[in-house]
Amino acid sequence: MAQHLKSSKSTFLNVLRHSLAFGSPSHASRHLRQKLPHGGPPSIKKVSPNPLTRLCNTMVDTLSSSHEDTNNESFTNIQVMDFPGGKVSFTPEIHFISESNEERVPCYRVLDDNGQQLPNSQFVPVSKEIAVKMYSDMVTLQMMDNIFYEAQRQGRLSFYATAYGEEAINIASAAALSPDDVIFPQYREPGVLLWRGFTLQEFANQCFGNKSDYGKGRQMPVHYGSNKLNYFTVSATIATQLPNAVGAAYSLKMDGKDACAVTFFGDGGSSEGDFHAAMNFAAVMEAPVLFICRNNGWAISTPTSDQFRSDGVVVKGRAYGIRSIRVDGNDALAMYSAVHEAREMAIREHRPILIEALTYRVGHHSTSDDSTRYRSADEIEWWNKARNPLSRFRTWVESNGWWSDEAESDLRSRIKKEMLEAIRVAEKTEKPNLNHMFSDVYDVPPLNLREQELLVRQAIKSHPQDYPSDVPL
Amino acid sequence: MASLLSRFCRKLALPGSAHGSRMTSTTACGSETVKSLNLYSAINQALHIALETDPRSYVFGEDVGFGGVFRCTTGLAERFGKNRVFNTPLCEQGIVGFGIGLAAMGNRAVVEIQVADYIYPAFDQIVNEAAKFRYRSGNQFNCGGLTIRAPYGAVGHGGHYHSQSPEAFFCHVPGIKVVIPRSPREAKGLLLSSIRDPNPVVFFEPKWLYRQAVEEVPEHDYMIPLSQAEIIREGSDITLVGWGAQLTVMEQACLDAEKEGISCELIDLKTLLPWDKETVEASVKKTGRLLISHEAPITGGFGAEISATILERCFLKLEAPVSRVCGLDTPFPLVFEPFYMPTKNKASSSSSLSSPSKTHIF
Repeated sequence: MAQHLKSSKSTFLNVLRHSLAFGSPSHASRHLRQKLPHGGPPSIKKVSPNPLTRLCNTMVDTLSSSHEDTNNESFTNIQVMDFPGGKVSFTPEIHFISESNEERVPCYRVLDDNGQQLPNSQFVPVSKEIAVKMYSDMVTLQMMDNIFYEAQRQGRLSFYATAYGEEAINIASAAALSPDDVIFPQYREPGVLLWRGFTLQEFANQCFGNKSDYGKGRQMPVHYGSNKLNYFTVSATIATQLPNAVGAAYSLKMDGKDACAVTFFGDGGSSEGDFHAAMNFAAVMEAPVLFICRNNGWAISTPTSDQFRSDGVVVKGRAYGIRSIRVDGNDALAMYSAVHEAREMAIREHRPILIEALTYRVGHHSTSDDSTRYRSADEIEWWNKARNPLSRFRTWVESNGWWSDEAESDLRSRIKKEMLEAIRVAEKTEKPNLNHMFSDVYDVPPLNLREQELLVRQAIKSHPQDYPSDVPL
Repeated sequence: MASLLSRFCRKLALPGSAHGSRMTSTTACGSETVKSLNLYSAINQALHIALETDPRSYVFGEDVGFGGVFRCTTGLAERFGKNRVFNTPLCEQGIVGFGIGLAAMGNRAVVEIQVADYIYPAFDQIVNEAAKFRYRSGNQFNCGGLTIRAPYGAVGHGGHYHSQSPEAFFCHVPGIKVVIPRSPREAKGLLLSSIRDPNPVVFFEPKWLYRQAVEEVPEHDYMIPLSQAEIIREGSDITLVGWGAQLTVMEQACLDAEKEGISCELIDLKTLLPWDKETVEASVKKTGRLLISHEAPITGGFGAEISATILERCFLKLEAPVSRVCGLDTPFPLVFEPFYMPTKNKASSSSSLSSPSKTHIF
């Protein structure tokens, strides 16, 4: 048999497999492993009671001493077999991959805590116009949140959720995208809409559920949507938008568009099954989609230590074969650059990208939450002051001579006036007509809905006092 | 079921009761070419036509690429390419979620769930996303191009996880449609309607009939309207309502009953949501009796919805309680399948005549 053995070790193993009737190549290699190679770690050099093993070892000896085999490497480096899924090399050492790297994935930032540009920082340059718009929109977002939050406290709105602390994520990511990129938000990204031109009046209309609300009064406040701005309507269910975004991205790829899908979610959202489903699909389908995780430390009252035990969300990208980056979410320039680069890769290379934006949820989860019940007021205050995304970016913008105190106070007084007017108008605009309870369930109302509308109208006629009078019939 | 029918209708057995006549099912044109096809081939034909007629349509799911475990997607990948017909990872929530996203961008996404028993991971996507996509956006967005196909129902040896009939769960979700064909010819036309309907549709295919049912199926592109029930057998003594594979069973029961002089009117509901109440109501007002049959467990099954509605609308015309002959309230068993199924010979455990208000539970 020896003369048929060539120098190729894989041929040797094939011989083993066929002529010695091994069940599988891994079976064969297990016998091989008992014979350790030159320079390898010391072995259990016992004589095996198994005759097949002894035969293998003899053959290995024969081969190893053969002059034809110039590649005298240890068996550990042989790519023994193609398993479905590709070649893997074997190792005789029992070694578990650690649950975490020794060092956490570093976080990309451009500005230091005080808004000074770090030396050697790489970033995509931003024009004065864009920078000023970015900063102004961050201020506008914060003020809009202030005023709507107060309106809820006064009982004029049923509900509200702020994006305090996450203004840079909101605005900078939007600024780095094109208007053709389709957005699948969670619910803490109204800044993307704001950047694209959604007016304060339009926000107010949705919050008050009046007849000018594009959603026709069907959903709670902050559940915005705008087809003209390519921003899919918010649904409160967590992470359900993620696989939708992948499908949309695939459509953009198939239609050859110069655009990607972008979807946002929180640290909590990354625990949902839909996150894993979406990431895996995105990689397999080679879909141009950006997964932007706002890791703000809290999912309502659940801190990230109760959410996952990985090094945050960024490391999960590799598990799915997805390129990922961790970024300082409170650094507007870093966010802008990361999203800008990610978008280009996604579209050019037809691949998904995962961006973990580290930040802090300064506000309560919503108006139904009092976060001082589960975290210290000091912690909130520290993030609000020391790591404030607005002040950091403002410092940088001003350092370029593009902003001033005067510009700031002008902006703030204008926004305040606009907001109060928007609320005033939204509040007194009438609600959508009752027939909109029944429209859009399907493209055309089926018979059962037409019948039910008649019944409801009859009920209203007989007991008008039982029904709100601000919904026109 | 036949003995139940005879007890129901004993008093009405009139000499020379008309035997039901079968109505032709589709609006077929005179000179169409037809081919003898089984159910999976008819489905396959519909999918070929759907992909051919709309370049922005896609078919995907687990194992769809090589033709599918039930062969419904044979030849599609070869013909239309792997970009339009492809395998997905093993993840129903991903399959449906991805399909919703595709549909939201104006495409037609015809997704396959390998077996209806595995549809539940996608339930959240179907209920909270697909069903509400248009409504919650104020009609700015919709995912009407989504069609979810899933084989359902007993297959003789399927046990818990290859035999389920989950239609009732979906009939409770405003915003989607639920369609179940009874035969190859019906399946092709209903599937094309479902794919082209501007609303998300869940389409359950009776897997028992994939090979068993063979019928002349027109080769051209045709559609059968949704939400229109069909009287497939005319009669005057009792109305029977069903869908899918169960109609074959019910038809046998009708034949047996006719031997005892009972004239049965058999209705195929076809679309369960929104369902055609008018056709059923008119029939029951004529016959005065209603029997509903489905494989799914009786409690909370869709038969309860039909029963309640017909009671509301036809109470004064009813001469007997509405009867439901259904699967039992157990997980679908293997060895006990023949005992579980609502077969034609099922008899009630207690007499309906002595206590007319008691529902017959099978």
